[in-house]
Amino acid sequence: MVDYEVQAPPTTGSAQDAAAYLKAKFPGAVSDDTRPGFQGVIVEAGKLTEVAQAIRDELGYNYLSSATAVDYHGAGDHMEMVYHAYRISGGGALNFKVQTDREKPVIPSLVSLYPGADFQEREAYDLYGIHFSGHPNLKRILMWEGFEGHPMRKDWKEAYYEGEAKPFDSRWPSGWVHRAEEKNIYGSNVRYPADFDLSKLADRSDEAVYSSASIGVDYQRMTDPDDIRTDQLVVNMGPHHPSTHGVFRMVLKLDGETITGLEPVMGYLHRNHEKIGERNTYLHNIPFTDRLDYISSMGNNFGYVMAVEQLMALGARYTAPTYRSEVIRVLMAELTRIVNHLWSIGFFLNDIGAFFTPMLYANAEREKILDFFEATAGSRLMCNYMRFGGVFKDLPERIRSTANLMNDKIRDYNTMEFLSDMINERLPRFLEEYDRYLTGNEILLERTVGQGVLSAQDAIAMSCAGPLLRGSGVAYDVRRADPYSIYPELDFDIPVGKQGDLFDRYKVRMDEMHESLRILRQLLPRLEQTKGEDIMVGTKAYSPRIPQGEAYGRVENPKGELGFYVVSWGDAKGTQNPWRYHVRAPSFINLTALGPMSVGQKVADVVAILGSIDIVLGETDR
Amino acid sequence: MSSKELDLRQMHDTEFPLPMEMQGNVAITSLSKIYNWSRRSSMWPMLFGLACCAIEMIGTASSRFDFSRFGMEVMRATPRQSDLMIVSGTVTKKMIVPIVRLYNQMPEPKYVMAMGACASGGGPFKEGYNVVSGIDKYLPVDVYVPGCPPTPQALLYGLIALQKKIDGQSLANLDDVPWYGVGPSEPTPIPILGPDIIDPRQMDLIRRQAELAAAGMPVGVRELPPVIKTVKAIPSKAAKAAVAEVIDEGEAQRREEIMRRRQAVLARKRARDAAKGA
Repeated sequence: MVDYEVQAPPTTGSAQDAAAYLKAKFPGAVSDDTRPGFQGVIVEAGKLTEVAQAIRDELGYNYLSSATAVDYHGAGDHMEMVYHAYRISGGGALNFKVQTDREKPVIPSLVSLYPGADFQEREAYDLYGIHFSGHPNLKRILMWEGFEGHPMRKDWKEAYYEGEAKPFDSRWPSGWVHRAEEKNIYGSNVRYPADFDLSKLADRSDEAVYSSASIGVDYQRMTDPDDIRTDQLVVNMGPHHPSTHGVFRMVLKLDGETITGLEPVMGYLHRNHEKIGERNTYLHNIPFTDRLDYISSMGNNFGYVMAVEQLMALGARYTAPTYRSEVIRVLMAELTRIVNHLWSIGFFLNDIGAFFTPMLYANAEREKILDFFEATAGSRLMCNYMRFGGVFKDLPERIRSTANLMNDKIRDYNTMEFLSDMINERLPRFLEEYDRYLTGNEILLERTVGQGVLSAQDAIAMSCAGPLLRGSGVAYDVRRADPYSIYPELDFDIPVGKQGDLFDRYKVRMDEMHESLRILRQLLPRLEQTKGEDIMVGTKAYSPRIPQGEAYGRVENPKGELGFYVVSWGDAKGTQNPWRYHVRAPSFINLTALGPMSVGQKVADVVAILGSIDIVLGETDR
Repeated sequence: MSSKELDLRQMHDTEFPLPMEMQGNVAITSLSKIYNWSRRSSMWPMLFGLACCAIEMIGTASSRFDFSRFGMEVMRATPRQSDLMIVSGTVTKKMIVPIVRLYNQMPEPKYVMAMGACASGGGPFKEGYNVVSGIDKYLPVDVYVPGCPPTPQALLYGLIALQKKIDGQSLANLDDVPWYGVGPSEPTPIPILGPDIIDPRQMDLIRRQAELAAAGMPVGVRELPPVIKTVKAIPSKAAKAAVAEVIDEGEAQRREEIMRRRQAVLARKRARDAAKGA
């Protein structure tokens, strides 16, 4: 064993320096992860709190990006909690892991150190059954309270279970498939435990919500007709509510019109991306990523292919994507950013009372970009465009929209002219118009300035990302902090807010669109120069074998930092299906800040605060 | 009200002839027709989005596609004022409970449209443990719109299909308009979030299964009907022989006759073309 010398903690160096420091400081409790393709350190569960304290305070890794569980059932038979921490000043990740027993998994909670771990630990509890000792509100978050089992465990099988990994034998090579309903006795996607006691059947899903930490209502008393109390009022907003931007539910505790407690309830769109993703082949998952943040599908593709390319780079026969494909990827990512911000600002204004008109104008501009997506990728919304090693199709010569209405002109443009017209003329003109009518508007200022304030410290501690973080004055953007693709050679600024209120977030989004246009203008000559180059390298195999290892690919998506944690494990020759496929969803983690921001505000403001976070439920619930 | 003005000639629905000069001013029509016309022209959808499809639904409502041209511009946020529930997205087990509640609160006549693959049958997420395999497991669906997500054009087509359906309904037939029947209509039972989602209509089956389980019998899996055997790949010569066996003599002769005629026609056409060219 190497004898380390304890030195002053390195607050700027690489993750290796940090790991060396930790190993010296906590001899025996911290060790290297020696599995092939894995990085970081493994921390002993009992020492986790102390080690995390050192990581945050001494080493300066103050931003916990992702915390997720992996079930190594049949491959070591342990549960593992994987944390990725970053320095808010930039640089790579410090990846630390805790291993625990599968039967009785207990891990100390990190909520007191990193409040941003709150929802992620609850998710790990919900889906893996890991108990986090010291967590203040350890309840199911995506499934309902009372659901049987922890569905992400490897040995938990869903009602329509057919096989461990796709392609299923029945489909290929047999070429025959039964509809899953036919096999199920109930004819639908349900499965009940064998010892199901109908006499004790009760719907307890709401009780858990109302008795949670932030609401703290005695459910028995609340539903007791003889005990009517008037001092506090519990109001449900959602899951069907026009301003919750989807099927999101907030339970508010009100004193008059002032909010004294807020409990976000989610999972109404939990459609099991991660479980399905583990059964899928790597390639299968690309169209599924489209449906995470369904407004910015191209950005999601980008993050996922980057994560898998990191894994492929561990193998011998890997070639990096060509320059042209990187240019096209960035082009798509930035157009997606504009699409998303047009949408989110439109609906944010809708929420604060500028009813529908700004949204309709923004949406009309958005449709033009969707035309370009449709001409290139074949679909308006779910583009499914990027592949490992490039993109699947080059930009078309001409854009002929087949999506014409009868009274519309046939649209037939040269692609580059269409793009340059959009980037240099249409969008700047539109943004200028939007700025003129809205940004200085007195009603907008009244509704937004000084409301829903989130301080920079809180934003970092709660792992907020994207415009929510930058609106609070933290200039943290993955494109600059941990650069990827061709961003290092592009010239752009990171807009930040000053005081972290609703207006700052609105302004950051407006400015980001200007910055995206700036990037796009730099991309046009690059597209011209690289015309005719390859857009795809490497194998086009349906099911490429991915070397063993782990990867965390993250991109700056419009809504914040989108990360994909992909583990390839179980076959030394390389795997065809991911062992673990986890999405670090910015919409999900940004919601941690919703409660603290809303308490003390009025009911009408909570709608605006939610709108300013800009969530999309496909990604929140996954 | 549709943006196109009402053309009375279209409303005219009788054998009774109208004098020329009165056409366009007067129409004689049936009660069903005018009743259906007014309903189909003010079909108010519920402002209710579930997932990705909701984005395309909003796109359809926006200026470019603009479904107000068909009388659907008033999207109501409350079920009590809406006629149509567009189930736009994946229906999860957690969400089906509010959806059934919302449906029960809608006044009749009410219609349900399953927009997209997920609402129609589970879609790409069908195998997920929290996903309901289509809204039709719980609610009666009038129109299915395929797509993932359907384009705005597809949604518009679905809405027009619904209008056609309404046009075909007759007030004289209680099957078409059951809400004018005797007594209130039964609400759809609200599912329960137990260990898994429980459809109260399946309670008997669940109870029987629980009894079986208590007796130690295997439960939950249904015996599959016998499937057609998979046809093994046939080498090409053998395949031809197999196909030849199937075609009987008369059939072969008929085919030859058709082939001969076709070739004759083709030859004449070529000769004509050649003459023209010369």
